[in-house]
Amino acid sequence: MPFLNDPVNFISGWMRSLLFGWGLPSGLVTVIIYFIGITVLVMFAMVLDIFLVWVERKVVARFQDRLGPNRIGPFGLIQPFADIIKLVIKEDITPTGADKLLFNLGPVLAIASVIILWAILPISSKIFGVDLNVAVLYLVAAGALGTLSIIVGGWASNNKYALLGAFRMVANMVSYEIPMVVVLLIPTILANSMSVQDITQAQSGMWFAVLSPLALLIFLISAIAELGRSPFDLNEAESEIVAGFHIEYTGMKFGLFYAGELLHAFTFGGFIAVLFFGGYGGFFGLEKLGIFSWLNNSFVQAVVFLAKAMFGYWVIMWIKYSMPRIRIDHMLTFNWKFLTPLSLVVLVNTAVLSKVLSGLPGWGYVLGMFLSNLIIGYITVEILRAYGRKQRKTEANPSPQRLQN
Amino acid sequence: MNVPLSWYLILAAALFSIGLFGVLSRKNAIAILLGVELMLNAVNINLVAFWRYLDPANMAGQVFAVIVFAVAAAEVAVGLALIISVYRRRKTVIADEIDLMKW
Amino acid sequence: MTVDRIIFLVPAALILGSAVMVVITRKLIHAALWLVAALFGVAILYAILQASFLAVVQVVVYIGAIAILFIFAVMLTRREMLDKGAQTRSNWWLPALLGLLILVGLVFLIIGQPAFGQPAAALPAGLDALRSLGTALVSPDAFVLPFEVASVLLLAALVGAVYIATGNKE
Repeated sequence: MPFLNDPVNFISGWMRSLLFGWGLPSGLVTVIIYFIGITVLVMFAMVLDIFLVWVERKVVARFQDRLGPNRIGPFGLIQPFADIIKLVIKEDITPTGADKLLFNLGPVLAIASVIILWAILPISSKIFGVDLNVAVLYLVAAGALGTLSIIVGGWASNNKYALLGAFRMVANMVSYEIPMVVVLLIPTILANSMSVQDITQAQSGMWFAVLSPLALLIFLISAIAELGRSPFDLNEAESEIVAGFHIEYTGMKFGLFYAGELLHAFTFGGFIAVLFFGGYGGFFGLEKLGIFSWLNNSFVQAVVFLAKAMFGYWVIMWIKYSMPRIRIDHMLTFNWKFLTPLSLVVLVNTAVLSKVLSGLPGWGYVLGMFLSNLIIGYITVEILRAYGRKQRKTEANPSPQRLQN
Repeated sequence: MNVPLSWYLILAAALFSIGLFGVLSRKNAIAILLGVELMLNAVNINLVAFWRYLDPANMAGQVFAVIVFAVAAAEVAVGLALIISVYRRRKTVIADEIDLMKW
Repeated sequence: MTVDRIIFLVPAALILGSAVMVVITRKLIHAALWLVAALFGVAILYAILQASFLAVVQVVVYIGAIAILFIFAVMLTRREMLDKGAQTRSNWWLPALLGLLILVGLVFLIIGQPAFGQPAAALPAGLDALRSLGTALVSPDAFVLPFEVASVLLLAALVGAVYIATGNKE
């Protein structure tokens, strides 16, 4: 039973006693155990990544009313392995004039910036990398490293299109970090802590998606912009700038960029699940009943978390395969003129209301927060409609001065 | 924490002198700003080391470091905007060649 | 040479090595990337000093914003012959001498203080550094005034940088 409830500590305790029995000094034992833990976590993430390639191709196929890969293995399950073998045996071309060290560093930084996020992802209440007390800010920091990898990759390719794609992509990512940071403050305020474990525990009463649906929406939009997926995928706009900053990358280096993007999308799905949908907790509230108390162990929680993360990833894919691409100036205008003010309004509203309504009983609090979000959403939609009406009127009858310009 | 405070201070002093060398000896204006960033980071290391070693209960050290972050960010933004604007007019970023006022 | 000292020496070597490469290297874009390595080393040092918030903010603000700004500025002000030829002035030995003198002076001052040779005391129990930092930044008898002035400074820098960079429309 201790294995089921607390697998990580059980295994590390067993290994520690084993290594002490072999006579190693205690500092070295600690370092070895940490390394083994890190390796296991990273391998889990990378194996999941291979599975995600298959999921992506099947899901996009179904959205486009076709079947997807189904020849290699049952349901095409061996397809990602075929893809990886193909990428590994491709020729590795480094363009002349490219900066060799930076060219090879780009994909490494890209995948590193995703894997370091797995250190704070709470897979269950007892299975996690580390319980940082600034985990929410760590999420933003990992995004900053991802931005760096794109610039390095774009610059080192010695190619105008790569550089242009990298510029646009970085402008996009840096701009959308602002609403993301502001919205990340909302679970922090509601849970009174920046640690993801505390945020997950605080949602045992009511998911934050119900308390603040606008925050969920804004986080979803900024997360998709940070990932660089459609509809914000200016860097991969095949019709515009060929393949953006990964034009010159062939073989496994491109594979690292691609796999890194998929894993990043899944990790953001995981964070949406943790921050807004209750993370690993809550098997439909069943585990609160006496009979089902065995549902409280770590493995069930891990399965619940992965299922929620997969759902978040599916929503991100759904948006990708349903919406057209947005132009770069529209993207930036949308961020600075709409998303940032809206996120600041939602933050102030949440901060004020969570203190004002804290005296009410549980359902009053939930209802108050939810209604306030609906009111803000309604006012925003009305402002947009008035703005759109005004725009249409100026375009329908232009004043004589405008005609002369 | 078996590391004496003096090690952190010596590291910060070395970083400061390297930054000083960068500021005084480089030609490119952007490289000069890189040296200034190194010096600001040396100051920050000093502040945080003093906070940790001498009085961790008093948050003044960390607050000072946060304000230095903000000031450094503001200074880099304005400095680089100035350099890019000068580059557009004078077509140079070498500090020695930007020596005439507007005539 | 305990484990603690090794854990300090690794980021310290990274910081000093990258800083030397920043001021010596010929290509400016490499200098900016070496600065990123130095800033990352400083973040590791903050984490060792148990200032976790500062470590993460260092990565977000310095590496995620300031270093990206530097890289963009380098790319926007490139000219073909700029990375060739000597990047330091011809009398570079004078700043080197000055730096060395300052370093030696500071090291003498530091070594002369016996109080600086002690290892650190443990953090006081029950100190939540993150919460105390937040309280200190907004409480009226702590540091709310520098906090607000810093935000005004950032606003001024934002407006100024936008105005300078867009230039006068001629």
